[in-house]
Amino acid sequence: MKSRHQRMIFIGGVAVAMLAAAALAYKAFSSNLLYYYSPTQVRAGEVPADRRFRLGGLVVEGSFERVTGTLTSRFRVTDLESEVEVEYHKVYPDLFQEGQGMVAHGTLADDGRFIADTILAKHDENYMAPELAESLAEAEARAAE
Amino acid sequence: MIPELGQFALVLAVCLSLCQAALPLAGSFTGRNDLMQLARPAAAGQFVFVGLAFAVLAYLFLTDDFSVEFVFLNSNSDLPSAYKFTAVWGGHEGSLLLWSLMLAGWTLAVAFASRSQPLEFSSRVLGVLGIVSSGILLFTLLTSNPFQRLLPYFPEGRDLNPLLQDPGMVVHPPMLYLGYVGMSVPFAFAVAALLAGRLDRNWARWTRPWTIGAWLFLTCGIALGSWWAYYEVGWGGWWFWDPVENASFLPWLMATALVHSLAVTERRGIFKSWTVLLAISAFTLSLLGTFLVRSGVIQSVHSFANDPARGLFILGLLLLISGGAFVLYALRAASLESEGGFHPVSRESFLLANNVLLVVATALILLGTLYPLFVDALNLPEVSIGEPYFNFVFLLPMLPLGVLLGFGMHAAWQKMSGRKLLRQLFWPLAVSIALALVLPFIFFGTNSFMTVVGLATGIWVGFSSFLMPLGRLFNAEAVRLSRAQWGMCIAHFGVGVFIIAATVTSGYSVEQDVAAREGQQWQLAGYELDFRELRRIEGQNFTADEAEIEVRRDGRYVATLRPQRRDYPVREVVMTESAIDANPFRDVLIALSDSVGDGAWAVHARYKPLIRFVWIGCVIMALGGLLAATDSRYRRPKELRAGVKPTEGAKPAVGVPAEEGGR
Amino acid sequence: MSSNRANAWRFAIPAIVLGVLAAFFLRGLMLDPAYYESPLVCQAAPEFSLPDLADASRRVGTADFAGRTVLLNVWNSWCAPCREEHPFLLELAASGVPIYGINWDDERDKALAWLHTAGNPFVASAVDEVGEVAVAYGVYGYPETFLIDGDGTILVKHFGPLTPEDWSGKMLPAMEAECAVD
Repeated sequence: MKSRHQRMIFIGGVAVAMLAAAALAYKAFSSNLLYYYSPTQVRAGEVPADRRFRLGGLVVEGSFERVTGTLTSRFRVTDLESEVEVEYHKVYPDLFQEGQGMVAHGTLADDGRFIADTILAKHDENYMAPELAESLAEAEARAAE
Repeated sequence: MIPELGQFALVLAVCLSLCQAALPLAGSFTGRNDLMQLARPAAAGQFVFVGLAFAVLAYLFLTDDFSVEFVFLNSNSDLPSAYKFTAVWGGHEGSLLLWSLMLAGWTLAVAFASRSQPLEFSSRVLGVLGIVSSGILLFTLLTSNPFQRLLPYFPEGRDLNPLLQDPGMVVHPPMLYLGYVGMSVPFAFAVAALLAGRLDRNWARWTRPWTIGAWLFLTCGIALGSWWAYYEVGWGGWWFWDPVENASFLPWLMATALVHSLAVTERRGIFKSWTVLLAISAFTLSLLGTFLVRSGVIQSVHSFANDPARGLFILGLLLLISGGAFVLYALRAASLESEGGFHPVSRESFLLANNVLLVVATALILLGTLYPLFVDALNLPEVSIGEPYFNFVFLLPMLPLGVLLGFGMHAAWQKMSGRKLLRQLFWPLAVSIALALVLPFIFFGTNSFMTVVGLATGIWVGFSSFLMPLGRLFNAEAVRLSRAQWGMCIAHFGVGVFIIAATVTSGYSVEQDVAAREGQQWQLAGYELDFRELRRIEGQNFTADEAEIEVRRDGRYVATLRPQRRDYPVREVVMTESAIDANPFRDVLIALSDSVGDGAWAVHARYKPLIRFVWIGCVIMALGGLLAATDSRYRRPKELRAGVKPTEGAKPAVGVPAEEGGR
Repeated sequence: MSSNRANAWRFAIPAIVLGVLAAFFLRGLMLDPAYYESPLVCQAAPEFSLPDLADASRRVGTADFAGRTVLLNVWNSWCAPCREEHPFLLELAASGVPIYGINWDDERDKALAWLHTAGNPFVASAVDEVGEVAVAYGVYGYPETFLIDGDGTILVKHFGPLTPEDWSGKMLPAMEAECAVD
């Protein structure tokens, strides 16, 4: 029967579309997962290549350098065990300061520098990002051993 | 003395809301009219005392009473009076009081309107609302008391967070809360229906205007929030998929699905259990949003407070209220019987598709919002979800929805020929696609696949929305459109406007970050920017660096923009105040940031075409909702709409206990 | 009959989903730093020597309380929970418990003015300008209180205002028993 035939095609089409949509959604999901790494982990080479990730730590006092008159700047980030150099070409959020915690999103360059595309400073005067506090405390515990 | 008065008012409000929760419900199950009739006076009393508590808190702010901890933390004597008032909801405790006030307001309105409903039903609705308000008020009183004293105290307060010292701050939270909290009304209606074990089209007719009302406030609240973030956060973005934003958007998506599902239930008496499920889910998402924002489970740019004790309480509330409703649903939903079927091509099937797509979008956004939490709870490495996921996962169901929307508006109820629909709408569809292909080249000189898709969908939706009124215009014999139908057309037109604006602004915005000096000139999307001068300014509670930047186009003067970088000494915070030149077709936004040495400053410049229409589209949507909610058929309960047969069969109206002794 | 049953079960799905979600949230709340068991518990307290709040030319540090069981409290003059615990800290100090303070994220004169107005429970307070010591102790917010024994081992790390229940329920037992991580 023609209408039955039509119905089957319609349902089949919808099913294919839904499968395709699900596959695309899954791909969007997994490619946007941002994992967190501490400077020590970065130094140890734990970050998969070519992957955008979150790097957190304290901004090393005195490490902030700006190429004067431009938007390019660099600083070092530490978890009190290792340091990673960060390069950033945009404007910093208002709460960003040396000696305070920050989290950056970006990728690793070949020479081990972290090129950040987003920087988030702690969002409230009272608190530090928990992942940051944890990793700092762990680093300190390791140093004490 | 006065803070204690406020606290006492709060205690009285709790007592009244507990009465409102327990007594009418008990009365409805035992058939005691005297108990059921307590609902309305209890609701009125609760409103009076919550209002009193709120007024007291406002008074404490306006008179600088820093002995109260909440006032100390959120105000300062230098603060302009208007902001002292809005500081009432600038922190967790006060915003809860606002929540309660809104809930009490909605409850009172429902109480008034319920006089035309069967007593058993209305007492249950008010009873459920009483349970919710008891929960929130107890939460406030026990864990988040805004009247708590702080002794010994400093004579000066800590100042309101500068991000919140803004006109947008005045309207955004109240509007948002009106919507958020308003979802409790359809929730209460749904639970009342489950308690009775049946619902009919009258129920849908009662529920609809409240749902549309809450929905339209939520729409406005979200749009205001987006607008506020746009100029206050200053980077030109208007939506960030931030967990707090998602917390308000998810109920909105559910509410939209609910509004459409209710249309089907009212008209055809089907989708009953689905509608009830949506109503419960929408409010659950509201409560969930409250939980996410206030418990510290998810770190976000603007979450209120990180306090696990509070988080536990809200979680408990969530389990009690939503969990209870879902369990009731599990037990009773099967008894809600459908009154008919429908053909694969019919308005019902389009609305079903609408619901499915909206629910899919909601689920995927919810997944993205909660996934970091799941991962954390399972002790897996910390993860966060990037913005592109949300954009993709939202567009994926929404674009097809837009296409279907254009068709669905013209589909007949029950059964329609698909071929006829296509024939009717072929030309509007073709024209939309053609315009989408051509217009971008005319205005911007370039085009792209996503732009065509988005524009075509938006133009198509807008076009299709006005075909119905246009058709009536040319056909003198046609029946006049009802207010509700006008509302539908206008609301959908607003959707079209929004889609067009969002597409254009996403595709054609220009962003620049430059290091500029006094005297420097540069180009932004066809405008010439001239950095004239930099100077220092003193404000009421801040000092600032201000840049004067002149904007010209083809040599003709357009505007002078003065972005500031403000320093608030009390809070020790620095804020950027962006400067915007706005006309309906584009915004030019400039923000000033740090000095980068050598006399240069970091300057953000943004060209945002059609961005105003993103919010105008939302306002149009809300206006359509307003029209739909105030349709006369909701205000004359005794009359049925012309052409709709009264409910047939022996099924009594909602609220009347069945012969078997009431289920 | 059985297909009816199966159908009826689908109505229970939302309730089950909510239950699962709630379980995750509960876990998420429990993992909150307030309950987070610091890796520093039962470890040696990081050594430090910082300027004294009252007199910048003098130093205050771990050397001052080595050999004694003390409380180390991280505080500042403007955090509301710090003010909540303040009366209790005064009580403890008056009853002979030595409390050392680390003043973090504050201004010297404001901190001194606050102690002058509200009373000073501290034997001495150190000023942690950079925040390096606070970080070394894994401090997440304020106030936080550490119980450190005579060997310099951190017995308890308490987040949030210190209440009499925390003192008698967590700290006192920790002083009597072997150091154990929960």
